[in-house]
Amino acid sequence: MEKKELAVAALKNGTVIDHIPSESLFKVVTLLGLKDLPNSITIGFNLDSVHMGKKGIIKIADVTFPEETLNRIAVIAPTAIINVIRDYEVVDKHEVEVPDELFNIVKCNNPKCISNNEPMRTHFHVVDRSNITLRCHHCECTVHQKEITLK
Amino acid sequence: MTKSLVSISDLSKEEILALLERAGEFEKQPNQRLLEGKVVATLFFEPSTRTRLSFETAVNRLGGRVIGFSDAKTSSQSKGETLKDTIMMVSNYADLIVMRHYLEGAARYASEISPVPIINAGDGANQHPSQTMLDLYSIYKTQGRLNDLTITMVGDLKYGRTVHSLLEAMQYFNPTFNFVACDELKMPKQYKDFCDKLGIKYTETTEFDEDIINQTDILYMTRVQRERFSDLMEYERVKSLYTLRASMLDNSKDNLRVLHPLPRITEITQDVDDSPKAYYFQQAKNGLFARQAIICRALGIEG
Repeated sequence: MEKKELAVAALKNGTVIDHIPSESLFKVVTLLGLKDLPNSITIGFNLDSVHMGKKGIIKIADVTFPEETLNRIAVIAPTAIINVIRDYEVVDKHEVEVPDELFNIVKCNNPKCISNNEPMRTHFHVVDRSNITLRCHHCECTVHQKEITLK
Repeated sequence: MTKSLVSISDLSKEEILALLERAGEFEKQPNQRLLEGKVVATLFFEPSTRTRLSFETAVNRLGGRVIGFSDAKTSSQSKGETLKDTIMMVSNYADLIVMRHYLEGAARYASEISPVPIINAGDGANQHPSQTMLDLYSIYKTQGRLNDLTITMVGDLKYGRTVHSLLEAMQYFNPTFNFVACDELKMPKQYKDFCDKLGIKYTETTEFDEDIINQTDILYMTRVQRERFSDLMEYERVKSLYTLRASMLDNSKDNLRVLHPLPRITEITQDVDDSPKAYYFQQAKNGLFARQAIICRALGIEG
């Protein structure tokens, strides 16, 4: 079988986050704090995807993230697939899971919310997993997926 | 056990019923020295004379003492102090904090950091649970029950937090709602979705007429606020459409009572005041008993 040319070079060890919606790619980069990592990181933006049209991909060498950290990206990239690579082999592959509660990840969209006026962490409840709808624990307002801004 | 009360949804059906029963006892005997030796702080970061006086009267009639401020300008907040610091400082002195704040979520946050219980006396446009408890008590008292009532809500159903909280609290009692408002101020989708999810019956109309009044048990009027309209002509038109006049009650049910969270401006004409069906002034008085019950619950004081 003819091998397709890989858009991004293969990884020996580390984590590949695939199927990130293009519009969320840089938010994911920020959320995972990749800017501050010393490791080799490849970021692919607007790559062709059969399922998604355009997608983003991130390959991080020699790092595996705790599940809890990876699930934080689920609110902005619910389609993301995590691949754990060891010796060029995918040893684990799974979708991200939206957690029940989000602490200090999302910013409240209500300018009159206490969380935007006091030095404190934000707290959201995920009230609808399939459409990603959040409710602010403090002001009780609802935030839909399209409106999510990160803290 | 001490318990904060931030949102009406903090209360189960059983807790709501227990509070109503307790309020009934305070109505029979408002002066009970249950708060002897206790200090209650009333922190009003935004002025609300009516609510503050009601809470402070409740504390006084229970034999407790009150400290606090009635305007943020007179507190350290005007020097830039955080809410957290104010709450931590006051909790050194008081056994209970009653707070009103202009920011939504302020009371929830205070309840997370405060070592003493918090009663929310209004947080911006969000919650005002003691108002809801006095509404429920007024309904219970005038109808003899909470179950199976038809409640017609009129006026500003979009921004009116009292109607939203009342709607949520009535979920346990099989109500039928009529939502009467102009398109600009109609009941937000999230509350209609809430009704749909729980199988609560409701109708929605822009017409405020006798047809709807005559099938109603509780007529809950609200104020249409001028600041909600950019067009003053439109405000005047809407205001007159959703005004209750005494003649409109002529063929209403005997048990119908008119409620209003007050202050009332023109949405209920003065001639309604003389009707035995007008209940809004007694409703405000019921706030005292409801708040006495809420204060005792917050401090874990049994009857």
